[in-house]
Amino acid sequence: MNLRRITALLLRYLLLYRQSWTRIMEIFFWPVMDLLVWGFLTAYLLKVGSNRVPALITFLIGSMIFWDLLYRAQQSVTISFLEDVWARNLLNIFVAPVTIAEFLTATFALGVIKVLVNGLILALLAWLLYSFNVFQLGFTLIPFVLSLMLMGWAMGMVTVALIMRWGHAAEALAWGIPFLIQPISAVFYPVSVLPSWLQAVAWTLPSTYVFEGMRQVLATGQAPWHMFWWSLGLNVVYLVAAGVFFEYMFRVVRRKGLLAKLGME
Amino acid sequence: MTNAPVIEVHDLVKTFNGTTAVDHLGFTAARGEILGLLGPNGAGKTTAIQMLLGIIEPTSGTIRILGKDIARHRIAILSRINFSSAYVSLPQNLRVIDNLRIFAGIYGVANWREKAVELMRLFEIERFATRKTGQLSSGESTRLHLCKALLNDPELLLLDEPTASLDPDIADKVRKLLRRIQRERGITVLYTSHNMLEIEEICDRVIFLHHGRKMAEGSPREVIARFNEQTLEQVFIRIARDGELQSAEKKSDA
Ligand SMILES: Nc1ncnc2c1ncn2[C@@H]1O[C@H](COP(=O)(O)OP(=O)(O)OP(=O)(O)O)[C@@H](O)[C@H]1O
Ligand SMILES: [Mg+2]
Repeated sequence: MNLRRITALLLRYLLLYRQSWTRIMEIFFWPVMDLLVWGFLTAYLLKVGSNRVPALITFLIGSMIFWDLLYRAQQSVTISFLEDVWARNLLNIFVAPVTIAEFLTATFALGVIKVLVNGLILALLAWLLYSFNVFQLGFTLIPFVLSLMLMGWAMGMVTVALIMRWGHAAEALAWGIPFLIQPISAVFYPVSVLPSWLQAVAWTLPSTYVFEGMRQVLATGQAPWHMFWWSLGLNVVYLVAAGVFFEYMFRVVRRKGLLAKLGME
Repeated sequence: MTNAPVIEVHDLVKTFNGTTAVDHLGFTAARGEILGLLGPNGAGKTTAIQMLLGIIEPTSGTIRILGKDIARHRIAILSRINFSSAYVSLPQNLRVIDNLRIFAGIYGVANWREKAVELMRLFEIERFATRKTGQLSSGESTRLHLCKALLNDPELLLLDEPTASLDPDIADKVRKLLRRIQRERGITVLYTSHNMLEIEEICDRVIFLHHGRKMAEGSPREVIARFNEQTLEQVFIRIARDGELQSAEKKSDA
C-alpha cells in the first residue's frame, strides 16, 4: 500500500467537487430531503397525538440517519468506481501502478469523508429542525457508526466486483444492493418483529447489531457493547470475504478481457 | 542499462471462449525501437497490448517486460511503462492540469507541475491548462492523453491507435514528437495504427497479425520487398484478404 498513490486517487474524486456546484448540492440534497420527510411525519404524528410518539420518532430519526450512513458508505465506493467507468478512465487507473487495495482504500477514504460531511449536516439539521441532538447521546454511537461504515464498504466492494463482471446490466445493483439487507437487518423496527427463522438470518448481518444497538442507546442511554463487538467481528469476516470475492472477480474479468470493455457496451 | 529486450513475448495465446484472438505470438522489442503492430480489425492487436499491460490474462505463453514477468511483477512494471489510446479518456469534468496532477501523483512524479507544463508545451496544449478536459476537441484530448502517457518518463510506451482522431497536421507533429522523444530518451514504443503511411514513417520494424497469428515481421522496407509490393498499404491489403499468404510465402522462401 502506497500512501502517495492513495492520496492521488482520493484527489481525483475530491477535485470533482471543486469543479461542480451540482456535486456540492448533492451533498446537501439527500440529508435535507430525508429530514423533511421525517420532519413532516413527526409533525403529523404529534398532531394525531399519543404519548408514545416522541420515543418512536426518536427511533425513526435515528434509524434514518444510520441507514443513510450505511447507504452513503456503500455508494461512495460504488459511485467512485462508476465515475471512472463513465469517464472511460478506468483503464488509465488499472494500467497505472495501482493495486486493488490502494484503489479500494481511496474509495473508502472518500466514503469516510462523505459520511463525515453528511453526518454533520444531518446532525446539524436534525438539531435545528427537531431539537434532536445527536451528540447528547454522547459519543457512544460513534463506534456503531464506524462499524456500519465497514459494512457499507464491504457491500460496495461486492457491488463493484459485480459491475466489473457484468457491466451495465449490473449497474442497477449499485443502487439496489443495500436495500436487499434493509428488511432483514431491522433498520426501522426491532429484530423481534421478524419471524423467527428470519431473525436467525438477521443476526448474521453486522448491521442488525448496529441498528439494535443504536435503539438501545437511544432508549437507555447505555451502549450494549457486546452488540458492537459482534458487529465489528462480523464486519471483519464480511470484509475479508468481500476482498476475496473482489480478487476472484478481478481475475475472472482479466481472463475474459472485460476491463477495457466496461462502459463501452 | 542492459541490452536485454524491453519486450519479450513467447508463444502467447489468448482464447475468448472458443475464438482465438492471439495465436502463438512471439516477438521481442529492443530498447529504443519503435515497433508497429499491424493487422486488420480483429487481428488481435488490442488484445496483445492489453496482455502486455497485464489487464488481460493470457491463456498461455509468457510476457517479460524490462526483464520481468508481467504475471508476477505487474505493479513494478507498470510504474516504468505507460499507455495511451483513442478508446480511453481522462475525466471530462476535471481541469486539464488537475488530470495531469492526479496521474503524476499516481505515478509518483516528483515535480509534477514542472513536468506537466513541460509536456503540455511539447504537445502545444498549455493554453488549455485550466480548461475542463471535456471542453477539449478530440485531437486536443488525444494530445493531453499523450502528456499523461509521458508523465513518468516511461521506458516503454504502448500506443493503441493514438493518432486515430488527429488531423494530418497534428498527426504529423505528434509523430515527429514521438520520434524525437524516442531518440532523446531511448524510449521503446509499441504502436498500432491503421494508417500505413504513418507506420512507414515512424516504425523501425513492423509485425503483421492476422487472426492473431504473426504473418510478417521486419522493417517496413523489408516487408514490402518480401511481398513484392510498392507500399505497406498494399502488403496490408494482401494479408487482410488472404490469411493463407504466410504458408505461400514459406513455400517460396524454401
Ligand atoms: N473481451 C473479449 N471477449 C471476447 N472476444 C474478444 C474480446 N476482446 C476481443 N475479442 C475478440 O478477439 C479478436 C481480436 O480483437 P482485438 O480487439 O484484439 O482486435 P484488434 O486487432 O485490436 O482490432 P481493431 O483494429 O478493430 O482494433 C476479435 O475477434 C474480437 O472479437
Ligand atoms: Mg484494437
